[in-house]
Amino acid sequence: MTRILIHGGRVLDPSVDFDDLADVLIEDGRISRVEPGIEVRGAERVDATGCWVAPGFIDAHCHLREPGQEYKEDLASGSRAAIAGGFTGVACMANTDPVNDDPSVTDYILARAREDAAARVYPVAAATRGLKGEVMTEMSALRASGAVAFSDDGATIMDSAVMRSVLEYSKLVDAPVMVHAEDLTLVRDGVVNEGPVSTRLGLPGNPAAAEDIHVSRDLQLAALTGARLHVAHVSSAGAVDLIRRARDAGIQVTAEVTPHHLALTDEATLGYDTNTKMAPPLRSAADREACRKGLVDGVLDVIATDHAPHAVHEKEVDFVDAPPGVLGLETAFPVVMDMVSTNELTPIELIRRLSTNAAAILGVPGGNLQAGEVADIVILDPERTWTYDPSKGYSKSRNSPWDGAVMRGRVIATFVDGLMVFHADRGVLVQ
Amino acid sequence: MIGKDLLGIEDLKREEIQRILETAQRMHEIGLREIKKVPTLRGRTVVNLFFESSTRTLSSFEIAGKRLSADVVNFSKTSSSLSKSESILDTAKTLDAMDPDAVIVRHPVAGVPKRIADVLEAPVINAGDGAHEHPTQALLDMLTVYQEKGQLEGLTVAIIGDITHSRVARSNIYGFLKMGAEVRLAGPPPMLPPNPEVLGVKAYTSLPEVLDGADVVMALRIQNERLRGAVFPSVREYSATFGLDRSKLRYAKDDAIVMHPGPVNRGVELAPDLADRRPSVILDQVRNGVALRMAVLYLVAGRRSEWEQRIGE
Repeated sequence: MTRILIHGGRVLDPSVDFDDLADVLIEDGRISRVEPGIEVRGAERVDATGCWVAPGFIDAHCHLREPGQEYKEDLASGSRAAIAGGFTGVACMANTDPVNDDPSVTDYILARAREDAAARVYPVAAATRGLKGEVMTEMSALRASGAVAFSDDGATIMDSAVMRSVLEYSKLVDAPVMVHAEDLTLVRDGVVNEGPVSTRLGLPGNPAAAEDIHVSRDLQLAALTGARLHVAHVSSAGAVDLIRRARDAGIQVTAEVTPHHLALTDEATLGYDTNTKMAPPLRSAADREACRKGLVDGVLDVIATDHAPHAVHEKEVDFVDAPPGVLGLETAFPVVMDMVSTNELTPIELIRRLSTNAAAILGVPGGNLQAGEVADIVILDPERTWTYDPSKGYSKSRNSPWDGAVMRGRVIATFVDGLMVFHADRGVLVQ
Repeated sequence: MIGKDLLGIEDLKREEIQRILETAQRMHEIGLREIKKVPTLRGRTVVNLFFESSTRTLSSFEIAGKRLSADVVNFSKTSSSLSKSESILDTAKTLDAMDPDAVIVRHPVAGVPKRIADVLEAPVINAGDGAHEHPTQALLDMLTVYQEKGQLEGLTVAIIGDITHSRVARSNIYGFLKMGAEVRLAGPPPMLPPNPEVLGVKAYTSLPEVLDGADVVMALRIQNERLRGAVFPSVREYSATFGLDRSKLRYAKDDAIVMHPGPVNRGVELAPDLADRRPSVILDQVRNGVALRMAVLYLVAGRRSEWEQRIGE
């Protein structure tokens, strides 16, 4: 029997509201005991003094680019970036090439993940074939192959009747439908948040109303169908408010927010750095505050990275032509740690939004430290500072707005299935 | 005095604008000579890098460079393989390898001259980037107004048309405000930028209001593609509500001048007879464009001390 004892840390288990000094004993890949002062023979000891010990993070939204765009990222590099960022499970979007709209593609991703991935990989299948917003995918076959959710993500389904069918049909497979909610007919050619910043930059604006309109439509359709709607990367104050009211009215809806929308505003775009171009765009300070408050209040359930690797040459073009999206897996924890530093979130509430809630939404293991659960664990040093250099990171791409930033909060070690797969001082420990 | 690059009027100080305008006045004199050429930039290479088609601005920069004896090389969208999605870093590196003394950049997307300037050794002059800035146009406009009015301080400048999509408007707003003028905007609401107050100006939708007391009336070119129904119903409707003619001009001051960055859509922004004759100063603007660009090339490409001395001789 292999035994690992993580001792001396502050254990945070949001599933049972446990926040105290304790030791965690792992036996044969599973958590066996969590209590203070565990004495056990023959265990490998991992000192977590001064650190937090928490369930591994689970990312409800990332892009791992395999198959088809391995020059940006693949399951090996993306999952290594994940464990380096404390994520033990990642849900990867369907906009691969070919699109993950067929069980054969889902099977392929999972087979490749078994060979190459350092973290658990949960494919999100397309909701419509080819992400075209016209014909629904075979959701039950995809679900049987292992898809955890359905989404056309950035290829937003504009046809409301198709969206209604997708939501209704999803009830058959009991999986959430994730939406990138922007009214693309209003977004048009907009590339930055419409407002003072777009006026100064002279770049086409994308109004927050485009997000509010589409969130509103999808909430209405969720009410109509009773399906499980999950609103991806909420970025506007209006959307937070709409979701809050829908919740109050009893509509089944969950929502996520990204670290970049929590930390940055459209002012970051003033230098025309294409690594500040995302969809939806970085918005105003008032929108960012609303997102932070929405996360604190629980209107927004999870922090999801929307990790979107793009090659250097793809981002080195003009702001309009550059693809939207930024890296997120390796920087998420220190970026959102800021909300603990500002006392907006307690450590346990932060972990709930990085792990426990995503496990529940996706219906996947982890998200807690209960005896018998898989030992997907992360050890975090909330005080340690470090400098992020994407060229030394694990992602194949470098498109981060935090290139060169000094970060506070460091992932010290990550365990998947009870195995230490990453350590801050030793790097990735799996082949 | 002025920095390595000229990317926008937003970055300039009042004294720097003053210096450029004064230098342009001296350059203006060269254009009046029989031999319109001085050796100031002899042996220097000026590259025109135009990702967007342009006749006027390109020719103006080319003539300005040649009058200063620089070797002028044009790369443009039609004459080379410049493509919109070429890596900006690649473009800059390629140019750097040719060791130019100044690079003049025009691009349909805002921000590209800045990104090129960030990596390029040579000075970069923005010749218009998307709807962001067109600094030499604003400077030549200020020069023209200065020649007409003897000052910029205290004047009222009305800019009329598609402000949202206009780099000329943005640069002129920054410039005239820095020089102590008042700037007002007017146009159909879909053509007015969100939050104009961040630019330091007020926006109007009525021509009589915006023209009231104006010393300078600047009409902007309406791009035809924008007139195809999406943001404005028709040419007829535009010219009826915001097109300038002599009778509408009566709302402005008696000695108000009319400007236009060109090319004019006759009968749309300006009535034909207004475009051709005073108080319109459109051809003076073009003439000043050459002198102004000579001044900018001299101050930017020729900012090294040896050239400073040579011009002083």
